[in-house]
Amino acid sequence: MKILVVDDEADVQPLFLQRFRKEIRNNEIEFNFAQSGEAALTFLHDKQSEVVLILSDINMPGMSGLELLTHIREDFDTPPPPVVMMITAYGDEENHRQAMEKGADDFLTKPLDFNLLKEKLKTFTEQ
Amino acid sequence: MYFFIYLAGFLLLRRIIKTVKLTPLHVKWGSILNIASGIIWVLFIALSKLPDGLDALVSAALLGGILYYFLQEPDFKLVRPYIIAHYPLVGITAISGLVELVSSKFYSENDDYFELAILVGFTWIFARWASSKKQEEEFKLVNQQNIVLDKLVAERTAELQKQRDELQETVKLLQTTQQQLIQSEKLASLGELTAGIAHEIQNPLNFVNNFSEVSMELIDEMGEELEKGDAEEAMAIANDIKQNLEKIRHHGKRADGIVKGMLQHSRASSDVQEPTNVNNLADEYLRLAYHGLRAKDKSFNAEMVTHFDDALPVVNIVPQDVGRVLLNMFNNAFYAVQQKQKSGLAGYKPTIEVSTQKVDKWLEIRVKDNGTGIPDEIKDKILQPFFTTKPTGEGTGLGLSLSYDIIVKAHNGQIDIDSKEGEYTVFIVKLPL
Repeated sequence: MKILVVDDEADVQPLFLQRFRKEIRNNEIEFNFAQSGEAALTFLHDKQSEVVLILSDINMPGMSGLELLTHIREDFDTPPPPVVMMITAYGDEENHRQAMEKGADDFLTKPLDFNLLKEKLKTFTEQ
Repeated sequence: MYFFIYLAGFLLLRRIIKTVKLTPLHVKWGSILNIASGIIWVLFIALSKLPDGLDALVSAALLGGILYYFLQEPDFKLVRPYIIAHYPLVGITAISGLVELVSSKFYSENDDYFELAILVGFTWIFARWASSKKQEEEFKLVNQQNIVLDKLVAERTAELQKQRDELQETVKLLQTTQQQLIQSEKLASLGELTAGIAHEIQNPLNFVNNFSEVSMELIDEMGEELEKGDAEEAMAIANDIKQNLEKIRHHGKRADGIVKGMLQHSRASSDVQEPTNVNNLADEYLRLAYHGLRAKDKSFNAEMVTHFDDALPVVNIVPQDVGRVLLNMFNNAFYAVQQKQKSGLAGYKPTIEVSTQKVDKWLEIRVKDNGTGIPDEIKDKILQPFFTTKPTGEGTGLGLSLSYDIIVKAHNGQIDIDSKEGEYTVFIVKLPL
């Protein structure tokens, strides 16, 4: 399963790679990273069909996570549409409502609970 | 008849004695003048034996000599007009003596006229003396008035001095109050910052927690690998752990820097200018302002567009002071777009644009928002202390006035404002390079 993680913090990359090292080693999950909404869209233009799940931060300089979500839903609607999970430090109702309205599949809050994330990934893969 | 000239000489000396009597000049002149006035009568008796005509000339010359002597003496400057009043008497006496010598017949035929002339000369002296005495009295009166005035002036001066001292005290008190106000304004903006700072610290703290957690797992794994005897894999894991520790350290320092920045912002300004990267400063405070507002109003969102000139030179500024100015401008910009958003405009997209660039010898920071704008009628007032459009309790009204002090007075810079009500506001901060 190919997952695209979108976050402006560069250190998110080694963190995910280490947290999921067993899954990566067992070839269950493959991670790709983008440091901005714009970079994520470019990446998706090239490899849309491969990406199954997108994890995106909401608060990023430039294109916000919610805007990225809108673009993904508009530009990459060929079935099966990728699963999109939004992450933000602000676990507020407004962001949650907007994310859901714009077509997010799930919503996670920072600090990320990796065990919870793994559970969720498992349910999505089982589906 | 020449008795009058001696009388005039005697009276002149007496008069001068009287004038100097109550002055320091008395010591110098008192006795000399007394003796001289006696000598005049001795001379009168002695010279009366001279032949007719000659005695007149001699007496005229004598008085003339006395007059000349007094006119030369600076000590008698004040009585000069009185001395000069003797000239006609001296002249007339000399002429009559001369006429008598040359033609005693003509003289004896007209002696009534000559004597009358001498009397007129003598009277003239006293007429002049009377008028000069009147002048002197006036002068005395003026002097007295001057003394009264001097006293009055001294009293007023003392009063003014007292008032000045009181005013200085008041100014000191005001300065202290101003310092306290500046401090409370700093604390007020710090309060707004707190939420933003909490968010900024949260990110590095998450990394610290995550990397240390994952490292603990890695150590367990490393132990398993060692038990299995796979030293190579154990080494690889050890390397990962080392990298993680570095990351923990990096993010710890990041949080440390944010806390330090916060302390720097709250403490009294050190006024030390240091070479500063304005792009970093603007970026840091823009994020803080945004998060601060988000913490109060979670539904709020604004697009932040930054155009930072990468080739911007460093500039010598007091970073926490200029940071406060930027923070204030960002807060204002966010407030303006928030207010406009609240009015429920369809399709409105709150946008804050921050740009930096070098223009000639200036470093320019522009903060533009598409918010409510500034009405023309208050444009002149917004830099005044305590002027605020915010509801009571929400703004101190000191933000922009302090910004003006920091940029214009402390950094020799400029603040320009351009705004159209309902459309946009641009604040342009210029710092000299």
